[in-house]
Amino acid sequence: MTLDKAIAAVFLLVGLIYGYAAFTYRLLPFEQNMSFLPNTLPTVLSILVVFLALIILVSPKAKAEPGGDVLGDISLERLREYKTGQALTLIAAMVLYALALRPAGFLAATVLFIVAGGWILGERKLHVMIPVALVAAGSVWFLVQETLGIYLRPLPGFLS
Amino acid sequence: MLEGIMMGLATALSLQNLLMVVAGCLIGTLIGMLPGLGPMSIIAIMIPIAIKIGDPSAALILLAGVYYGAIFGGSTSSILINAPGVAGTVATAFDGYPMARQGKAGKALTIAAISSFAGGTIGAILLMGFAPALASVALLFHSAEYFALMVVGLSAIAAFAGTGKVVKALMMTVLGLILATVGESALFNAPRFTMGIMDLQSGFSFVTLAMALFALPEAMMLVLDPKRGSAGGAGGKITDLRITRAEAWTIAPVIARQSIQGFLIGVMPGAGATIASFLGYAVERNIAKGAEQEEFGKGSIKGLAAPETANNAACTGSFVPLLTLGIPGSGTTAILLGALIALNVTPGPRLMIDNPAIFWAVIISMYIGNFVLLVLNLPLIPYIAKLLLIPRNYLIPFILFFTMIGAYIGQNNATELLILVGLGVCATILRFADYPLPPLLIGFILGGMLENNFARAVNLTDGVGFMVERPMTLALLIFGAILIILPAYRRRRALALQKGVAPGD
Repeated sequence: MTLDKAIAAVFLLVGLIYGYAAFTYRLLPFEQNMSFLPNTLPTVLSILVVFLALIILVSPKAKAEPGGDVLGDISLERLREYKTGQALTLIAAMVLYALALRPAGFLAATVLFIVAGGWILGERKLHVMIPVALVAAGSVWFLVQETLGIYLRPLPGFLS
Repeated sequence: MLEGIMMGLATALSLQNLLMVVAGCLIGTLIGMLPGLGPMSIIAIMIPIAIKIGDPSAALILLAGVYYGAIFGGSTSSILINAPGVAGTVATAFDGYPMARQGKAGKALTIAAISSFAGGTIGAILLMGFAPALASVALLFHSAEYFALMVVGLSAIAAFAGTGKVVKALMMTVLGLILATVGESALFNAPRFTMGIMDLQSGFSFVTLAMALFALPEAMMLVLDPKRGSAGGAGGKITDLRITRAEAWTIAPVIARQSIQGFLIGVMPGAGATIASFLGYAVERNIAKGAEQEEFGKGSIKGLAAPETANNAACTGSFVPLLTLGIPGSGTTAILLGALIALNVTPGPRLMIDNPAIFWAVIISMYIGNFVLLVLNLPLIPYIAKLLLIPRNYLIPFILFFTMIGAYIGQNNATELLILVGLGVCATILRFADYPLPPLLIGFILGGMLENNFARAVNLTDGVGFMVERPMTLALLIFGAILIILPAYRRRRALALQKGVAPGD
């Protein structure tokens, strides 16, 4: 099974679950006599998803257009050439950043994230990377909090 | 009218007001580049400063500068890193980003600046001439027509349905519509499909979804394949900055058509810049012939000029109901309405009679805002475009950081970041499987408005009969159907011609 069919199978499942949720949606008392209910559109959409997913599942594999993506082909066959390790580590770093943003404070979390991101990609000049990250984090913090007044906790929780 | 223009010019051309507009444009451009801060939030942030100024004309001129600056700044992040921070610039990224990857970032930014300028200026001229007449037409649009207009907007997905991809494009659109149903239900706003998660009660945020679908997968692709985008021969170098005469002639008719079309869509309260940009894109793609049509989505200058012109013209158009009826047609004009009221000016039918100086100052400030923006930004474009030359090891962490901070400051919520990363990973996998992502975002953006207007129309008329009973609705729906079916038909005919079958067969 090719990747797009596997994904279509997932969509089929999503459509069924969503359809079930739409079908069992509990209406408010005053909504029950209306012509258009909050679950009318979801029901239609779930039927459409199931229908489209089935079409993708049964249709023969379409020949990819050559040069369909001008930016360079994206294909699973080239997965071995791709730097999957770097990508996965970066995703992990993003999740850590999301979790650390509040407790560690904006400045520390951001500087660490940018430096770690550069390190993962192969940058070893820490004497350049760290000042750049500090300036960037500081100026974004200054712009967002001091100029625009949107609160970003700058320091770790126990300090502020 | 001439007297009014003179009065407006006299107000707007004082030294203080010119400084205001320059400052506004600079602030707007700089802040607008941060994904997540669109014109609406920037204007909202600037309101206290504007009110402190006290003089309504000066305040409005400052806000107009900020507004146009923010729109241009938003286009910049769409073009350079595929991170549309506002719904109105999503269509800009469709062709702007491929151009930037082909080394034509400078050209793309120039086209964006010129199209925005032309759209805004032609829009302002139309506003001056036809505002009162159009205001009454806008009131003829009911929820049924709005629903039909959304359907026409959805037809923009046809541009992403290449061979063998029609079903996939439809699938992504439906998924986008499904994502739009999460949050609060139509009409009565009861929680719907939130799975008990509080953070989902306000639905998925647009910025998060846009970053997850556009910016993150693209950044991931750059990580996975360091040679990506250098295939076009440009190799990350910035080759041409200026547009040629031939290119200018190619986009001129697009700009002319989209200024008018965008303006007219902007006049309808609630339709706004987003629909105008999608519709502009869809219409221009259908009008374009042969090879030019194939270019759409792969770095077509027409595909970039169309949405940029249309969204600016629509922004100007949205001032028609505001200034003549006192109805804010978009989020931004609603905030401006608030600012005007705080400055002791009440927009409405009597504005032109009671406060002609302010009415004209607003219109003249639009011209000046547009003009100053163009003058300020054209020399800056080479430098902005050079941002792409930052070494990959620095650029990618920064792109990731900016996408995340854009999603974070919108909601101030760390869960949003986890949703962003999760959706971003899914979107990257979908790209591998050749599912087009823009239709998902189009479906998501239009979904909420589509359902609300449809629900209202059905409940008002007690059935779906309105689709055939109201001539304007029917006409719009037929137009939408043509926009969706025509590309597929043309394609089939082209294939048949290739095989040597006569067109009549």
